[in-house]
Amino acid sequence: MREQPPGERIKNYDEVPYGYSPEEAVIEAERCLQCKNPKCIEGCPVEIDIKGFIEFIAEKKFKEGVTLLKEKNILPAICGRVCPQEEQCEIKCIVSIKNEPVAIGRLERFLADWERENEEIEIPSIPKYTGKKVAIVGAGPAGITAAADLIRLGHKVDIFEALHQPGGVLVYGIPEFRLPKAIVFKEIDFLKQMGVRLFTDSVIGMIKSVDELLNEYDAVFLGTGAGLPWFLEIPGENLNGIYSANEYLTRANLMKAYLFPKYKTPIIRGKRVATVGGGNIAMDCARTALRLGAEKSIIVYRRSRTEMPARDEEIHHAEEEGIIFKFLSNPAAFHGDKNNWVKEVECVQMKLGEPDDSGRRRPVPIPDANFRMPVDVVIIAIGNSPNPLVPSTTPDIQTGKWGNIITDPKTGKTSKPGVFAGGDVATGAATVISAMGAGKIAARGIHEYLVNET
Amino acid sequence: MVKIMEKTEIAPNVHSCTVEAPDIARKALPGQFVIIIPDQYSERTPMTIADWDVKKGTVTFIFLEIGASTQKLAELKQGDDLYSFTGPLGKPMEIKKFGTVALIGGCYGIGGIYPIARALKQAGNKIICFSEARAKFLLYWNDKLEEVSDEVRYSTVDNSIGFKGHAYDDIEENLKAGKKFDRIIAIGCTFMMYRVSEASRPFGIKTIVSMNTVMIDGTGMCGACRLVVGGKTKFACVDGPHFEGHKIDWDIILSRRKAYLKEEIISQER
Repeated sequence: MREQPPGERIKNYDEVPYGYSPEEAVIEAERCLQCKNPKCIEGCPVEIDIKGFIEFIAEKKFKEGVTLLKEKNILPAICGRVCPQEEQCEIKCIVSIKNEPVAIGRLERFLADWERENEEIEIPSIPKYTGKKVAIVGAGPAGITAAADLIRLGHKVDIFEALHQPGGVLVYGIPEFRLPKAIVFKEIDFLKQMGVRLFTDSVIGMIKSVDELLNEYDAVFLGTGAGLPWFLEIPGENLNGIYSANEYLTRANLMKAYLFPKYKTPIIRGKRVATVGGGNIAMDCARTALRLGAEKSIIVYRRSRTEMPARDEEIHHAEEEGIIFKFLSNPAAFHGDKNNWVKEVECVQMKLGEPDDSGRRRPVPIPDANFRMPVDVVIIAIGNSPNPLVPSTTPDIQTGKWGNIITDPKTGKTSKPGVFAGGDVATGAATVISAMGAGKIAARGIHEYLVNET
Repeated sequence: MVKIMEKTEIAPNVHSCTVEAPDIARKALPGQFVIIIPDQYSERTPMTIADWDVKKGTVTFIFLEIGASTQKLAELKQGDDLYSFTGPLGKPMEIKKFGTVALIGGCYGIGGIYPIARALKQAGNKIICFSEARAKFLLYWNDKLEEVSDEVRYSTVDNSIGFKGHAYDDIEENLKAGKKFDRIIAIGCTFMMYRVSEASRPFGIKTIVSMNTVMIDGTGMCGACRLVVGGKTKFACVDGPHFEGHKIDWDIILSRRKAYLKEEIISQER
């Protein structure tokens, strides 16, 4: 797929890949073998009829393709961009044995973009009202997926969102250059046109308890997402210029600090920015720092490239843009200037030892091999715990060791009757698509509960 | 969006703003805060709730014009809408019978201590409020404080009324003179809360301060408002905003508050 050249794109906040033209999409779709027993569909957490929509593209029947796609996935413009297809559908593609797999994600994105750009989006028919009402807490990927499925089953759905805009991590976390916010808002508008009601500025646990919601609604879905960031707990971590990834990205994305001073939320524009961590969020932070004017944007990761949890595509984009990778480097301390601004990160040089529980080779410190790097901004991107607000205000809901809400993975049921949960609040930090998968599972669980038990 | 029902400049540069927010009014408890975004370009700005009226469905907060977002807020008039208004947030202040409670308020914190004083009075405490400003004409809500207190002490730097100096000096003198307090609560600028904590430390009186560290989401997600209390990282938005002043690492807070001085100046240029 054509992309903005790296030298250009680091100067703007626009999306990196341009997307397929109709001609390109048809050529790509024609590569699909239309297997009798398509393996790709098994790999999709939301069971999209991949074979079917690709056939429609090959026949230039884009409208039919969109309709089929949306039967299973109401948010294709988002999934086509942020799903890890290389581990889900594309990895199963038969073509990939000898060649590049069919670019399923890009074709999905093509159909969604084609519909948005070319015609009025069609609102699917909604069955007769069942008389049941569901409250969804959190308008992130888990919540909006559950909402979409539940409204199409004939239930009334209200979404409560804590922030002033819906979208959750899609809006506060994932940068504009990876997922344009206009696309997210368009997909959420689509939900509203189907009849979902959205209440922003509504922090459940504070303005209303879960029990109060249960008085008004037949079931509640908790998709409250990520919570407080983890820090390294090393000396100097509270110096000025040190951010958590959540704070850095929220300033840049939700609050639009990249457009400061038109938008009034500031962000420190470092010249030498170190991001600690090796996941997708670390890549997002390091690439955001470049676009905010960093001369050097450095990823500091304690293992090697092979162990990095980020998607290949994200690592590849980061490398193309000139992000510097300091592998096998584990921060031990931050050193500040006389005004308490961070000026150096001190790292322990590591080497790889035996595999640990995760199967990845464990990093082991090399004695007396500490080194220091000059920095003026540091971003800690090593993960976060689930959001604490609902668990802490709902004492009778069972939580796990990390404060995550415990659910039945087959139904999303929690220990509290009528209350379901999914996404990061249940699993800890994971991906957008796994949150959407959990939203789908919970929608099914809620539907069964509403039909059989209320 | 919520509607501004009333907005008054109650002292130069100090405004009281009452908005229509019946759901928040029903839930608000003393010591909680709201997050306000005046218009789509502004920052998310936390404000201590100064009063509320369940029957009228309104919530009141006090703000000082100090940055781009509060200037924008000051420009809005009665009948205008706020772009976003979220709350109540944070844990409420602990309200029970302690005995004699000293409440120190400065800047927006004069409004901040008012509902706490009212609730503590109802809980049977003897209430002594310390209200401070640079000069008499910068004090506000004197009558409201007097209504819920056994005594209100004023301190002004220019000596135009009451004690000459700061409230933290006044309470320190009171403590040194042998005056007994069972609890001290301070709300206002960071430096004032720090000085109150230092004044009461030698006397071992539990001193609660309301931390106003920088926040973005304010709902337990971003981690901007972190502080160190008793050697542990805490978050003002969900663990606070109230912490024991004697356990806070003040050096970190006082330096972190200055992080955006340069940007604050740029954002006010128009």
